[in-house]
Amino acid sequence: MTIVPVIKRDYICNLAKQGKRIDGRKFDEYRKIIIETNIVNKAEGSARVKIGNTQVLAGIKMDVGEPYSDTPESGVLTTAAELIPLASPTFESGPPQEDAIELARVVDRGVRESQVIELDKLCIVPKEKVWIIFLDIHILDYDGNLFDAASLSALAALMTSKIPIQRMKPILENLKEKFPNIEKYLNDHPEDYPLPLKEPPISCTSVKFDNFVVMDPSLDEEEIANARLTVATDTNGDIRAMQKGLNGSFTREEIQKVIKASLDNGREIRKQLSENTGY
Amino acid sequence: MKSDKVLIDDNGKRLDGRGFDELRNIKIEAGVLHRADGSCYLEWGGNKVLVAVYGPREAIPRHTQNSLRAIVNARYNMAAFSVEDRKRPGPDRRSKEISKVISEALEKIVLTEQFPRSSIDVNIEVLDAEAGTRCAGLTAAGVALADAGIPMKDIPVACAAGKIAGKVVLDLGKEEDNFGDADLPIAISPRTNEILLLQMDGHLTVDEFNQALDYAINGCHKVSEIQKKAILDKYQIKKEE
Repeated sequence: MTIVPVIKRDYICNLAKQGKRIDGRKFDEYRKIIIETNIVNKAEGSARVKIGNTQVLAGIKMDVGEPYSDTPESGVLTTAAELIPLASPTFESGPPQEDAIELARVVDRGVRESQVIELDKLCIVPKEKVWIIFLDIHILDYDGNLFDAASLSALAALMTSKIPIQRMKPILENLKEKFPNIEKYLNDHPEDYPLPLKEPPISCTSVKFDNFVVMDPSLDEEEIANARLTVATDTNGDIRAMQKGLNGSFTREEIQKVIKASLDNGREIRKQLSENTGY
Repeated sequence: MKSDKVLIDDNGKRLDGRGFDELRNIKIEAGVLHRADGSCYLEWGGNKVLVAVYGPREAIPRHTQNSLRAIVNARYNMAAFSVEDRKRPGPDRRSKEISKVISEALEKIVLTEQFPRSSIDVNIEVLDAEAGTRCAGLTAAGVALADAGIPMKDIPVACAAGKIAGKVVLDLGKEEDNFGDADLPIAISPRTNEILLLQMDGHLTVDEFNQALDYAINGCHKVSEIQKKAILDKYQIKKEE
């Protein structure tokens, strides 16, 4: 964490008193979002999301592996995030730190708990072979609000992923002797096919500094924030996940305002996501 | 690796239709990241590489500091999804070695004596890999260093030559790398033709080596022009429309 000089904090707070933000946005307004898909050829699916100057790249790889013993007929999802030193002068190389692990877990929960991926449709041979999905999130440029950028890139990458039947065919053919069921699976699925997905919830993040609550914080705003709230909402306008962070607090009224703003922005972002991914 | 794969057809064309001394398509863009002091995005055939430069800044931990000059700290890293079978995140022996040879190549060209006790960090991220990532990474690093305004004697540039189906060729592609006879990646300072990085694996006669080196140096000069154009595109004063 870098130290924001007191001057900058005063500047941001004084502007906020006049109802303004440093980049001229309204309190509940997002920066410009750009979603590009299928940019990594080697990946089964990929997406680069830009929210203002923040840039995140998510890539999906798939492999055939064994299911967990408590869910023998479900595919497996593994999520990892890397805060690589490319993205910010404050990120260091080495094994994932707290922040990267929290980020990966929040994105993973968003995808897993909302059952966006229909994992039960990823079974090849019950109890023996299922599809393993690796979701890797690469932070490329850090200017605040990684939570939303990472979740959005993960969703866009999943929505454009194809199950790599062609690439894995030699391996599946080899397994045929041991597991005759694979014959039927390959007959049912002769070609690469899209990952089975459901409507995803969209998460929107707000932060609070002094008594101001702003959506989609830039890095400067994030650094002076004392409370953060992420709200994920679905197509029905229902709430699907929430996470509060940092050591500050929200009032009940503030939370209701955040939920309303998350619903409104979530609707817009969902529209853009479906336009950009064609899902 | 021996194989029956036909790497050069009867017309003397390679798998992707290139002649012996032709490069793959290269696209370079300077200054693509907001946070970094200098950055570069480069596509070289199917390779996609992103480089960010930070520094000069205080070298940490302290014991890595050199009181007479800056250290150049290149870090080559492959994204988990950049290869056919997912790569486990984090550095492995291969990426550590590549990081080391690239750091050494860049140290020769950067005016390190101007920044005692500092480090210049060059982060090379391979987003999509298809043979020749170290050359792509070093070439992009040269542009990112220039974009960061780091004083250098020259803009370093890299390119590989090799041998496939008994013929010396420039810039090996994926299959050519897997089933070819030799690979010779080099990096040079294009102004003086000094060689900054050189590695070879496979089997070459002395004559073949000399020919491959000529090819690679010529290739470097062609890539160098694309590098300069990328920097000019970013910094040239554009005429009012």
